[in-house]
Amino acid sequence: MTKSSFSNIQSEYLAVIDHNKCVRCKRCIQNCGWGTYSFGGDKILADHSKCAACGRCYTYCPEGAISIIKNPTVIRENANWQEPLVKNIWRQSETGGIVISGMGTTFKYKKYFDHILLDACQVTNPSIDPLREPMELRTYLGKKPSKLDLDFDEKGEPVLKTKMPPQIELQTPFVFGAMSYGSISLNAQKAMALAARALGIVMNTGEGGLHDDLVPFGKNIIVQVASGRFGVHRDYLNSGVAVEIKIGQGAKPGIGGHLPGEKIGIDISRTRMIPVGTDAISPAPHHDIYSIEDLRQLIYAIKEATEYEKPVSVKVAAVHNIAAIVSGIVRAGADIVYIDGYSGGTGAAPTVIRDHVGIPIELALAQVDERLREEGIRNEASIIAAGSIRSSADAVKAIALGADAVAIGTAALIVMGCHVCGKCNTGNCSWGITTQRPELVRRLDPEVYGERLYNLISAWSHEIQEVLGAMGVNSIESLRGSRERLRGIELTDAELKALGIKHAGL
Amino acid sequence: MMTIDAAGMHYKELNRLIREGIANGVKKFFIENVNGQYYIGDGIKGDDVVININGTPGNDLGAFMDGPTLTVNNNAQDNVGNTMNAGKIIINGDAGDVVGYGMRGGRIFIRGNAGYRVGIHMKGYNEQLPVIIIGGKVGSFFAEYMAGGVIVLLGLEDDDSDELDIDYFASGMHGGTIFIRKKIDFSKFSNEAELYEIDDKDADFLKEYLTDFANSFNISIEEIYKKPFYKIVPSSARPYAHLYTSA
Repeated sequence: MTKSSFSNIQSEYLAVIDHNKCVRCKRCIQNCGWGTYSFGGDKILADHSKCAACGRCYTYCPEGAISIIKNPTVIRENANWQEPLVKNIWRQSETGGIVISGMGTTFKYKKYFDHILLDACQVTNPSIDPLREPMELRTYLGKKPSKLDLDFDEKGEPVLKTKMPPQIELQTPFVFGAMSYGSISLNAQKAMALAARALGIVMNTGEGGLHDDLVPFGKNIIVQVASGRFGVHRDYLNSGVAVEIKIGQGAKPGIGGHLPGEKIGIDISRTRMIPVGTDAISPAPHHDIYSIEDLRQLIYAIKEATEYEKPVSVKVAAVHNIAAIVSGIVRAGADIVYIDGYSGGTGAAPTVIRDHVGIPIELALAQVDERLREEGIRNEASIIAAGSIRSSADAVKAIALGADAVAIGTAALIVMGCHVCGKCNTGNCSWGITTQRPELVRRLDPEVYGERLYNLISAWSHEIQEVLGAMGVNSIESLRGSRERLRGIELTDAELKALGIKHAGL
Repeated sequence: MMTIDAAGMHYKELNRLIREGIANGVKKFFIENVNGQYYIGDGIKGDDVVININGTPGNDLGAFMDGPTLTVNNNAQDNVGNTMNAGKIIINGDAGDVVGYGMRGGRIFIRGNAGYRVGIHMKGYNEQLPVIIIGGKVGSFFAEYMAGGVIVLLGLEDDDSDELDIDYFASGMHGGTIFIRKKIDFSKFSNEAELYEIDDKDADFLKEYLTDFANSFNISIEEIYKKPFYKIVPSSARPYAHLYTSA
């Protein structure tokens, strides 16, 4: 079919310039990664159709002369035929393509974290003041023995006889979620690596290999293995504190990764160990994993290659039968299971998958924790919960629902300036995060944003200490899986049952 | 030199002994009575390490291997050379499914047949060129998502027909080269790759590897050259570029 250049799709946003304030410094032209602005000889011109409302231009306009406003010329309102649906119909009729988006779903599904309330102490079992009493957030991820054997030395002191399986030590129960070099820039990865080292937590390479510049951060890195095996070799497996097998991702359960060839420049090629310009295709099925037994085979292939010194994590998306799936993964020998809820982010996913597949992390977590306890294997693996952890409150609730730690992805990018415009897949990110264009990447200073990430996680950690103190517990361990400390509000009986919590007031 | 009697031994112990031997400077291993032990040679290093395996090794033989040579004097099972980076695996018999998954370097020579999913996700990178040569036949999903490297399918016992009795051959292929000794109608298999006659450069390239293969199994090189070679290469390094539109 020949393609008509005429499009029905009107600009979603307008980049409005106040020409009385504008001093024609052209900073907006430099800053916009989308090419919205140009100089028309005597004034700045804006091509509204290119604007992503990413916020870069007005943040850096010295005169405050730019406003990004929603295009008032709306598509006629209709509760059934909503604007995004109509626009996608036009978009697809014009291109014949699968619609691709970045970030997590924009749908207004019920957010269960916002319907869960935390308990606090009053009078009896008094609360603890975290400002003057120790409050333990240290978390160990990995398999825990079901019993401990002790010996006694000649002085009668106990000596641990049980050999502890390998653990990841976190100073606070946060990790940075997996984001590959390719999906994000190297500077964005470096910012997380610097913060992870300062905080005593870990970041995750995603399936994009380990860039030479990140090798010194090995003690704060989880390396990932997915179906494309990009940059995976023996030394890579041994370069971090743990290895993660990626099966699924919350934003796109059942869908793989695909970094288009135009993003595979020299440096990414070197890191992924593939030629420049070829597509990096990493399909969802591993093609050598068709059963729990096959997964076990890969888990132990990695354990052999790392001489049983690294915990092996398996990352899956939260889907309908998640409890049974995680039970299988734990029995396959995983030391950590990373569960990613349906509102988790992505560098690129078919919009139809992002918006319609998977289940909320809160429900998945509650069901998984319950199932593993029933089966008596909860100690066999740690659980990392992910899928838009937006605040320390979300983190506390996730831990009380059964997680050992939570992963931060989108929130970390927001620290770096991300305005969640959802166009990560285009590679034009004005903030230098989800782009490989050198002039854009350069503006993201890893030191500056490493410090801001440190600040955020420190602040959230202090908030968790406050919450723990209010609850009268002095360690995050004491809250883990403690659903009795949670109550639901505005939830149905079915929802309360799935979450395993009582309604507020009961 | 080190000889290990693997009879009744768990793979964990066997592989520990091999790793320990390599760490102590052993260059040549003989492993006797191998009976299905997984992961032999998993993640080991050393270009001058040679391991002779008598018996039938289990799955993931030479996974993540980086340099050594493994010789199997029998059949092998599934996942031979999984994500192998360098080295050589010689199999004097048949191999199971999924040979050379995501393999990035080194050579795998199979005297007999191999199962399904041979060479999927195989990748080449700079001077690293993975090569798989199969003396016999292969199953379906051959070279699926192949992204680099070379696979040679000899079909030494095949008849003279121009048919290849497999499905999903080279689907999703976007890099690398496959050589076969049949002028098949490739359009029946995949739109993503095409069949051509080989040129002098291809012939020169093949000669070195085929000679190595022939010598490894005492096959006459004339036998291998009895039929002409054809090559299959992808039509595009970006097979799915046209599928998407941005929201």
